[in-house]
Amino acid sequence: MMRDRRSALARGLERAIEALVYVCGFSAILFNLAIFAFIASEGLGFLVTHFVDMWTSIDWSPTVEPHPVFGIGALVVGTVWVVGLSLAVSVPIGILAAIYLAEFASPSVREVAKVVIELLAAIPSVVWGFIGVMLVNPLLQWMGAPVGLNGLNGALLLGLMTLPLLVSLGEDALRNVPDSYRQAALAMGATRWEMVRYVLVPAARRGLLVAVLLGVGRCVGETMAVLMATGHSVRIPIHPYDPIRTLTATIAAELGEAVRGGEHYQALFALGLLLFGITFAVNLIADVTLRGEKVGGA
Amino acid sequence: MVTQPRIRFADLSLAYAGKPALKGVSFDIQPNTIHAIIGPAGSGKSTLLTCINRLSELSAHAVQGGRVELDGEDVRGQSVTELRRRVAMVLPLPVGLPMSVYDNVAFAPRMAGMPNGPELDQLVRSCLERSALWDEVCDRLDMLGTRLSGGQQQRLTLARALSTRPDVLCLDEFSIAIDPVTTMRIEAVLTELRSEMTIVLVTNLLAQARRIASRTAFLLDGSLVEENTTDVIFGGAADARTRDYVSGVFG
Repeated sequence: MMRDRRSALARGLERAIEALVYVCGFSAILFNLAIFAFIASEGLGFLVTHFVDMWTSIDWSPTVEPHPVFGIGALVVGTVWVVGLSLAVSVPIGILAAIYLAEFASPSVREVAKVVIELLAAIPSVVWGFIGVMLVNPLLQWMGAPVGLNGLNGALLLGLMTLPLLVSLGEDALRNVPDSYRQAALAMGATRWEMVRYVLVPAARRGLLVAVLLGVGRCVGETMAVLMATGHSVRIPIHPYDPIRTLTATIAAELGEAVRGGEHYQALFALGLLLFGITFAVNLIADVTLRGEKVGGA
Repeated sequence: MVTQPRIRFADLSLAYAGKPALKGVSFDIQPNTIHAIIGPAGSGKSTLLTCINRLSELSAHAVQGGRVELDGEDVRGQSVTELRRRVAMVLPLPVGLPMSVYDNVAFAPRMAGMPNGPELDQLVRSCLERSALWDEVCDRLDMLGTRLSGGQQQRLTLARALSTRPDVLCLDEFSIAIDPVTTMRIEAVLTELRSEMTIVLVTNLLAQARRIASRTAFLLDGSLVEENTTDVIFGGAADARTRDYVSGVFG
């Protein structure tokens, strides 16, 4: 047997690096737990004591004295509303774009398009907000929207922001479908679109669903663009042109004004806790869906 | 006998990115026969099949020379979806599409515009019966096709191939992934189907060619060495290479 000629220093270094990698690996979990603990410590008490008040009112007036109102109905509806509208825009476009890139585009087109689409993901959300205020909203008004910012404006921005995620995850899902499926479908005289519609999309449906779910998570948590572009008005929307306000925008706008440790402050943390729960649930569902694919097959 | 051949390979060549896979192959396949194509791996057997229904065109770098005629017409002049309904293909590995057993078989007829209803039900049933699968799946037609066993999936693939009522049925080493019993059942089915269609059988199993093919073509390195009745190929081949191959000297 050859003698291990590595020095004591080298062996010590090996152990040190191992320990460092270990710590870094666990720090991700640790940070997540710490964040959750921090938000929960500030907001959980409020969420429990005001649970019924919060869910049964649509009036969010946290600074009205002597009786502030902390109804989150309109904020929750506003969030769901803007996310729903944005998905109605981004899911069809994103999935069709993914199909185009995965099945119809030539390799050179695909490479260029993927780079450009991923570049969309690199635009900071405050820039999106700016685009919304300066570009999209005037465009909507030119098309007949009433004066002022509105929910549709924010939804369009969110749609553009989630598009890169949908396209790249959707394309991956489609390209993971075995070629034998394509061949089998084409060999039976299906056209390429029929093959996509009846074979590829059903085969990739879990992956596509995961793409949509992660898109939802991204939309729910987005703050700056919706804060800048949706009008920031607490109300139940009934038309896409109505202004709305989201949970995230409320926290971002009010936390600086709230008295530290006061009721308003705690209420905002309760909203944060709620958001944390929603995104966690969405990600968990996406994860379980993907896992089901690996274990259960098609 | 001067009948028009169903399929004629006329000096057919095909190269993938400059690498020749077929080099000037010419022979005829008569209607209502089982015609075996044998040869060692890499001899161009599968490529020859894909030229018939133009699946070869899916490889971006494939360049074809010469022609394949179906009933006297160059296949490249025909509508590709129409052609693929006339020339059905069973690929080496069973491919249950991710849909129900029923939908797997109904897929191609629906593509061709057949509406749901008793006619389609009847067609699905007869295809499954003819591929010797009906008895095993008749009470679970709505189960996912991918949940069937390998041998069942290969018969499902066969049923699907029959669903377009093809004139030509191409099988590319269909028994590679299935058990001997299923193989024998499918061979029996093929022998019956011969009265309705022309069957082109690419196979690595010499005994299989011998059992069911009336004529056999021997390919080597992309060239046709010899084509004759199965009895001659296996009993008294003219070319020494054919004799060596069928007697197991190489391959």
